[in-house]
Amino acid sequence: MEWMTLSPEEWTAVRLSIRVSFWATVVSLPVGILVAHVLARREFIGKTLLNGIVHLPLILPPVVTGYLLLLTFGRRGPVGSFLDQAFGIVFSFRWTGAALAAAVMAFPLMVRAIRLSIETVDRRLEAAASTLGANPLMVFLTITLPLMLPGIIAGAVLAFAKAMGEFGATITFVSNIPGETQTLPSAIYTFTQVPGGEAGALRLTLVSIVIAMAALIASEIFARRVGRRLAA
Amino acid sequence: MTIAMEVKHRQGDFLLAASFASGDGVTAFFGASGSGKTTLVNILAGLIRPDHARIVVDGRVLTDTAAGVNIPVHRRRIGYVFQEARLFLHLSVERNLRYGRSFAPRGEADAVPMEDVVEMLGIGHLLARRPASLSGGEKQRVAIGRALLANPRLILMDEPLASLDGPRKAEILPYLERLRDESRVPIVYVSHSVAEVARLANEVVVLGEGRVRAAGPADEVLQRLDLLPEGERAEVGALVALTVVAQDPAFGLTQLSSSAGNWVLPRVDAAEGSVVRVRVRARDVMLAVGKPEGISALNVLECTVAALSTGEGPETVVRLDSGSDRLVARITRRSASELQLVPGQRIYAIVKAVTFDESRAR
Repeated sequence: MEWMTLSPEEWTAVRLSIRVSFWATVVSLPVGILVAHVLARREFIGKTLLNGIVHLPLILPPVVTGYLLLLTFGRRGPVGSFLDQAFGIVFSFRWTGAALAAAVMAFPLMVRAIRLSIETVDRRLEAAASTLGANPLMVFLTITLPLMLPGIIAGAVLAFAKAMGEFGATITFVSNIPGETQTLPSAIYTFTQVPGGEAGALRLTLVSIVIAMAALIASEIFARRVGRRLAA
Repeated sequence: MTIAMEVKHRQGDFLLAASFASGDGVTAFFGASGSGKTTLVNILAGLIRPDHARIVVDGRVLTDTAAGVNIPVHRRRIGYVFQEARLFLHLSVERNLRYGRSFAPRGEADAVPMEDVVEMLGIGHLLARRPASLSGGEKQRVAIGRALLANPRLILMDEPLASLDGPRKAEILPYLERLRDESRVPIVYVSHSVAEVARLANEVVVLGEGRVRAAGPADEVLQRLDLLPEGERAEVGALVALTVVAQDPAFGLTQLSSSAGNWVLPRVDAAEGSVVRVRVRARDVMLAVGKPEGISALNVLECTVAALSTGEGPETVVRLDSGSDRLVARITRRSASELQLVPGQRIYAIVKAVTFDESRAR
């Protein structure tokens, strides 16, 4: 079983991947809920455009998305240079950039799952809440949000899993720096590029499978618990 | 407390043009489905924004399209009990009941004591349960309590019994009567059932094809056959207020009295001296020109023919005065002509005690 032991470098990649995916999911979740709500409930000019932009990372080649991120959020990009000068926030070639790339790539999946769950929320319950004195924000927080919780969980897990596997956009945007931007897929890719790297690639592949399965099972358990609460 | 409403609203092909005013107690919006009842209460609640309207409840202008006033739903303080209970599935019964309280103005949250409402509706044993595990009748009782506990100025009920079967309806009606009698909140009650309206309403607004066909005290409106939808005509009748005189446990009957005379009904659960409202269906009233002898019917009342109306069918509707009470009889045109009925004539109205069923007497 000697070959199953992860080297320190491999551990670093695993930890980094989890950190990147966690933050990508957590930070994009509120935005995802907002965008999903707007797309599900509001009619406005430019809705088709917004819907298209949200879904763009799903259909563009990941390398293109990564390159666009580099152009906008890179040190010399319009947004990147502004954030650097104003707040000292730097994305390029940092783990935060990897998180941004993962979040952007996972965003369409997250929004789709949450949007579906909003569409199943009974709007008549929201009307009932408003007759009881709840203003629109309170209706959303106390009725809509709890009722769409299963969809939010599904969206978050999907986004986390997608972020764990993100490769093309990440490597294009923030490169493949061990300890900073070398996530699991990048590390596996690196192993496959050097002679004798098969064992390392296999170990990290197994780790990827375990993490993905664990996330899926956890979300199943959580969603079932929420479902039971809503049913009985 | 008054409700004054003037509404013009177009929804697709349907035009609602109604105006009326009503007061305390229970006002019924009565009409066949598609008559505009639900649209009208939704406009009153603020759930539908009307094209043109002026709505004043208790001196407060809720909507005045001409002046650009439209108070949003959550600030109207109008409770709403929907056809389906619409309980919040993710909250316990208790938290459903308390939901509106957190939004009531400071100092007002306890104006309606929780224990009183829970006791009145008999839902104390359900507090810890989840809505999904309740029966239809229990859900509707919780929904009524939830609306009441938000301390509303007015409660709207849109066919709250329509989704329930017969026994469940009978389960809820007594609670609605208690609500009418014990709480000071006025109620607008939407229904297409004469039985429910007769039992609950003080005033009736009859709607048909988006217009107000008639409005007035319940006992007057419900006597008018022409106002009722086709399927409900069998239910037309008079409302009579009766005072309980004595119980007759040996035969399971109750003796009552009105200005028309003495009545005998199947047992009415009410204390001696209390007043109950009874609906006497027009089709259950038989007429005799002489005082009948040796008949099984227990209620024989001396009346005066007030008016006769004959439509195109084989029927004649006879309005009767008896003391200060009014009765209605539906007889055939042939009987009316054979008895040579004319207004002012003395006549005996005969009503079998067994025609009163549980749902019509209280």
